[in-house]
Amino acid sequence: MGGTMSGQKPVLTGARILWECLEREGVKHVFGYPGGAILPVYDALRHSSIHHILVRHEQGATHMADGYARATGDVGVAIATSGPGATNMVTGIATAMLDSSPIVCITGQVGSKLLGSDAFQETDITGVTLPVTKHNYLVTRADEIAPAVREAFYVAKSGRPGPVLIDITKDAQQSSCEFDWEGAAPKMRGYRPDNSPAKEAFTKALELIHSAKRPLILAGHGIAVSGAEHEVQAFAEKASIPVAMTLLGLGHFPASHVLNLGMMGMHGEAWVNTTIQEADLLIALGMRFDDRVTGNTKTYAPNAKKIHVDIDPTEINKNIKVDVALVGDLRKILHELLPAVEMRDRQKWLEFIRRLKGDSAVRDIQNLPDNGHLYAAHVISDLWHETRESETIVVTDVGQHQMWEAQYYKHDRPRSLITSGGLGTMGFALPAGVGAKVACPGSDVWVVAGDGGFQMTMSELATIVQENLKVNIAIINNGYLGMVRQWQEFFYDRNYEATPLLSPDFTKLGAAYGIKSMICNKRADVIPTIRAAREHNGPVLIDFQVEQEDTVYPMVAAGSSLHEMIRRPSPIVETAGDE
Amino acid sequence: MLHTFIVYVDNKPGVLSRVVSLFRRRAFNIDSLTVGRTEKHDVSRMTIVVDTDADQARRIVANVYKLVNVLLVDDITGEAAIIRDLALVKVAATPESRPRIFELANVFRARVLDVAPESVTIEITGAEEKIDRLLDVLRPFGLMEVVRTGQVAMRRGAKPETERSKEDAGAIMDDGTVSYSV
Repeated sequence: MGGTMSGQKPVLTGARILWECLEREGVKHVFGYPGGAILPVYDALRHSSIHHILVRHEQGATHMADGYARATGDVGVAIATSGPGATNMVTGIATAMLDSSPIVCITGQVGSKLLGSDAFQETDITGVTLPVTKHNYLVTRADEIAPAVREAFYVAKSGRPGPVLIDITKDAQQSSCEFDWEGAAPKMRGYRPDNSPAKEAFTKALELIHSAKRPLILAGHGIAVSGAEHEVQAFAEKASIPVAMTLLGLGHFPASHVLNLGMMGMHGEAWVNTTIQEADLLIALGMRFDDRVTGNTKTYAPNAKKIHVDIDPTEINKNIKVDVALVGDLRKILHELLPAVEMRDRQKWLEFIRRLKGDSAVRDIQNLPDNGHLYAAHVISDLWHETRESETIVVTDVGQHQMWEAQYYKHDRPRSLITSGGLGTMGFALPAGVGAKVACPGSDVWVVAGDGGFQMTMSELATIVQENLKVNIAIINNGYLGMVRQWQEFFYDRNYEATPLLSPDFTKLGAAYGIKSMICNKRADVIPTIRAAREHNGPVLIDFQVEQEDTVYPMVAAGSSLHEMIRRPSPIVETAGDE
Repeated sequence: MLHTFIVYVDNKPGVLSRVVSLFRRRAFNIDSLTVGRTEKHDVSRMTIVVDTDADQARRIVANVYKLVNVLLVDDITGEAAIIRDLALVKVAATPESRPRIFELANVFRARVLDVAPESVTIEITGAEEKIDRLLDVLRPFGLMEVVRTGQVAMRRGAKPETERSKEDAGAIMDDGTVSYSV
């Protein structure tokens, strides 16, 4: 944009105003796919310094924006045309919604005079996305674009973050108006993203913390969103309280910390779930008591008082009734709480938990004798050992490999694991990995996906090559839709209906895109393969052909109590039985 | 029990659908919902009645607040408030029954709006139960058509009474340009 004379506002097309606003919001990259109703916006791209990444499917664009947002905390941006372009975004938007990821999706719309006429490629996308966006906008005039974009960015990243969609009619993109950035500042009288808890709530929380004998911190995604990693650590250390994590909480408290217990929930560590059931106080920090975390809510942590810290008041008492709610920004709340927190000796409690861990260690597949088979857990554990020293972001898909990753990759840094938790979106990993790599070019990005989920969005391999991104792809290939097969094994009498899965030769597939591709099917080859992948200057695809009917242990069946876990058979118990 | 919420929202297209969509997807059952203009041109007002318990009522308030276009939510359940419903009732009438219908309308302080050879149309305003009772006594004559507006509500007295609503209402009603610029 040319320099503006003082007081003179430039007259620009809506399309150019859009790019101007995105630049001023700090956007460097957008992920998109052009089409008729968004063409004026694409035509105006030549005036902008923003780098556009052409995806192969609009779902990929939304996951990329999501991966970008999760890797950095900044807003990720995806663009698509009207109709099918917009509806293809819905899965990615819902994924971002359930995991509180700040993305802004921009869709073209048919001309405002055609709205409601079932015009070519017309979809009521603001109606369609209403329940899966934090907010959305239908913009029909050029002068509404700047206020909508500024509000959208503000809404997406403030409070509990989430996706926002802006649907812009073609005529709004084409017509011109004065561009007034300052005048477009958000004026949102009804939107109050910040809360601060009452004094009494602090007092009550402190009483509970100080009188607890068996307290436990439940650490969630909100820690990273709030930037409260240091505060959580300081709090845990000062009060000597062990920390269990949700799937999305992994990394926000260091796995190597002496107070870290690991993941809770359906596939959480057995000692963590037992600890939760034994605790007399749960301190939930930025987590929402998802059903995958609680198991049967009626029997959940029956002896525990509960303190819930969350920025979203609708989460309070939604799934689990709590005794004290501190609604607000976690970092601010911990800042206020910390000086009043007293030291306590919890040796007995910590010792109790240590003993629980011992039982799990003997069942751990890493400690079982090598039977010549390659297990996914080996791959993940080796990947962790090989990449732990460098800045690595692991992006997983959904299913068994995701749970093994959560169990065996010990995340020490926040935002080093990106995974679809709430929606459990298969096909997430590859595009989200692209987004993470674009956001953090200096980090090593490892996409870990199953053979099922990978095939849902593998068309984005072309995006990786076109953008020349050094993304490492580890396919955990077991020939099944593994997690579904596991449920069929446990709960449907081993009726493996529709779960055996044919895949292409992944190395040939990779080669077709010009991606260095390798097969690994022996345990001894895992580390050399990972090293070769890391040394290669370009994207790499590895087909890890692992044990087909492997099972994620432990498992809390849906609806069961948290302590009723299906455990991996213990070799010690079995031996004792044999003799 | 029935909970009554007064909800102030931005007078913008699509806001009603956002509120209704929220109730649908969170499985809150709406008993009655009315929406209309207020003394402010850019503010609409809803009265929403929901059959629910106190815990869920709190969740409803929190969820409705989360909608970006919602300015104020006031749960007036159990508070001093005026709650009114309006009904138009078309009753089958013969020359013989007509005086008895007039008499009943009179007892209920309802107004007769239209008299036709075979019907009488009555307007009644009042609390929901009062209208229910009028309908009960008119039913034997033959209810041909009934339309009700759903409930509208207003707190008694000059000002909103709860601390929360006082504070919020102040921000919203006195200063329409509260800015949360970033």
